[in-house]
Amino acid sequence: MKRMQKTTRSNFITYGIVIVGAVLLQSLDSAGKLSSLFSGLLVPLCTYMILAVSLNLVVGILGELSLGHAGFMCVGAFASAFFSKVTQGTMPDGLRFFLALLIGAAVAGLFGILIGIPVLRLRGDYLAIVTLAFGEIIKNVVNVFFIGRDVNGFHVSMKDAISLNMDAASGEIIVNGPQGINGMPRDSTFLVGAVLLLVVLIIVLNLTNSRSGRAIMSIRDDRIAAESIGINITKYKLMAFAISAAMAGAAGVLYSHNLATLAATSKNFGYNMSITILVFVVLGGIGSIRGSMIAAFVLTLLPELLRSISDYRMLIYAVILIAVMIFNWSRGGRTIKELTSVKLRGIARKKPRGKEAR
Amino acid sequence: MSFLSYLINGISLGSVYAIIALGYTMVYGIARMLNFAHGDIIMVGGYAAFFAMVNGGLPPILSVLIAMAVCTVLGLVIERIAYKPLRMAPSLAVLITAIGVSYFLQNLALLLFGANTKTFQSVVTLPALSLAGGKLQISATTIVTVAACIVIVAALSLFINKTRIGQAMLAVSEDRGAAQLMGINVNSTIATTFAIGSALAAVAGVLLCSAYPSLNPYTGSMPGIKAFTAAVFGGIGSIPGAMVGGLLLGVIEILGRAYVSSQLSDAIVFAVLIVILLVKPTGIFGHKIQEKV
Repeated sequence: MKRMQKTTRSNFITYGIVIVGAVLLQSLDSAGKLSSLFSGLLVPLCTYMILAVSLNLVVGILGELSLGHAGFMCVGAFASAFFSKVTQGTMPDGLRFFLALLIGAAVAGLFGILIGIPVLRLRGDYLAIVTLAFGEIIKNVVNVFFIGRDVNGFHVSMKDAISLNMDAASGEIIVNGPQGINGMPRDSTFLVGAVLLLVVLIIVLNLTNSRSGRAIMSIRDDRIAAESIGINITKYKLMAFAISAAMAGAAGVLYSHNLATLAATSKNFGYNMSITILVFVVLGGIGSIRGSMIAAFVLTLLPELLRSISDYRMLIYAVILIAVMIFNWSRGGRTIKELTSVKLRGIARKKPRGKEAR
Repeated sequence: MSFLSYLINGISLGSVYAIIALGYTMVYGIARMLNFAHGDIIMVGGYAAFFAMVNGGLPPILSVLIAMAVCTVLGLVIERIAYKPLRMAPSLAVLITAIGVSYFLQNLALLLFGANTKTFQSVVTLPALSLAGGKLQISATTIVTVAACIVIVAALSLFINKTRIGQAMLAVSEDRGAAQLMGINVNSTIATTFAIGSALAAVAGVLLCSAYPSLNPYTGSMPGIKAFTAAVFGGIGSIPGAMVGGLLLGVIEILGRAYVSSQLSDAIVFAVLIVILLVKPTGIFGHKIQEKV
């Protein structure tokens, strides 16, 4: 038998973890061994893991900080929720949810391209703040939309539900401004979430090991050198950004079809959510896909299981962010890291990457 | 008359943004980092003044001074613990740390002071100015805010251009390595910048809470981000730029809220930021930075 390459083996370990975890949790859930709290967490767990993996594509592989990831999730959630609500009852549930997933991912990906074209001209701090701005704009704009449907077709307003001027008998409000979308079909299941996570992982891991993925990483490591050997910076940046946005959109679909009422608040699609995802990525290791998946799993589960510390959850997240950065990048932290790795493995690991032009 | 009163409100809000933006712009110019926690230092300043006035029963002026002292110390501590070890780290790492600090302050305030919104009494107790036979009312808080902004900008310009420390700041922002070779203590210069920026944030916090009297742990985060927008608008690193950018942004926000949509006023402000960054990333008064290979 031919020996597998190291990356291939590592990828299969990642897929294996997901499959074994999914089978284990699903069978425990079917057997009724999980508490209602835990089984209610299964779909959100998948959502967060997908979000963390997709953000890691931008932060870890492309090397740019996006603070508006929740915005793409919001786009995917609302686009698919609108679709599901409109087509409810016209087709089988499974087909509808599959189409909703595709639509959510496609619309979010489209937004990723639209936003990416102007945004990716910027770098570093400016890029981060503009993605934050876009995320907030998306959340604000979603909250002023009113869409209704009656026998005459669709009505759209940006003022209130009354100004939709709908036929009184057949009129039905679909998107109700800040109240969002009511009466969502709850299609999301843990199994769908796990399959989606697996698909996302396959896409990301194969992308990173492909020619395009290496081009993207070369931009991260040295933009100017990459450009000078003829790599089309804009194209590859946009590629990473759009794929990441589409996957966040798919996570949004999963999220929205797990709720009865979908409304955009600062809690679910705001800046806080973007930061929470960033914490997963940072703690799991920037650039490590498997790491961000595991971090998302653990950090979602722990505070829910240890209710007594849930007040301190955000405080602990903040401390984690600061501590990980100082440990990874300060001189003292690096010395400790190198000493421990010498002790553990008997060899000094190669110096960490990530030098960046000042 | 309503347009004029909106305009005055806009200038008042803009003055607060300008004072916050000064802190951003100085820190960014000298330490080359986006201090995300700046907005939350405003909130701490607001709480410090609130407790000094309500629980301590101190006069407003003294409360403002206490808030400034608290924020200065806080700024120095944050710089020493979180930012100084990362001087040589890539900007992504520093930015994530700054977000962490911002989050830390918000959630610490949430634990210590609770999520309930506190009602802040204005530090200015003078009567409102009435113009045009009572048709146009300008509150004393507005006048004090605008005056404070002008005084601060003037004082800061003098400080930077006339004192040795100010010159050292300019030198560090121009070229850190060369400044160090000329015998400037870069670390203490950066620390001084943080101290000044944080003291200004305290003033901004008190003025913001005087104009919009609700104080909670998230009070500072939105104005902080908007003030960063203002700093970018004016050209980051430039003191007059921060003032002009802040004023323009305040006026845009208030007029947008009044004439377009109250729900979309934040979106309008952020759209302004995006347009500026795409059309003229260096802002109104900024210099273009050449990139070295």
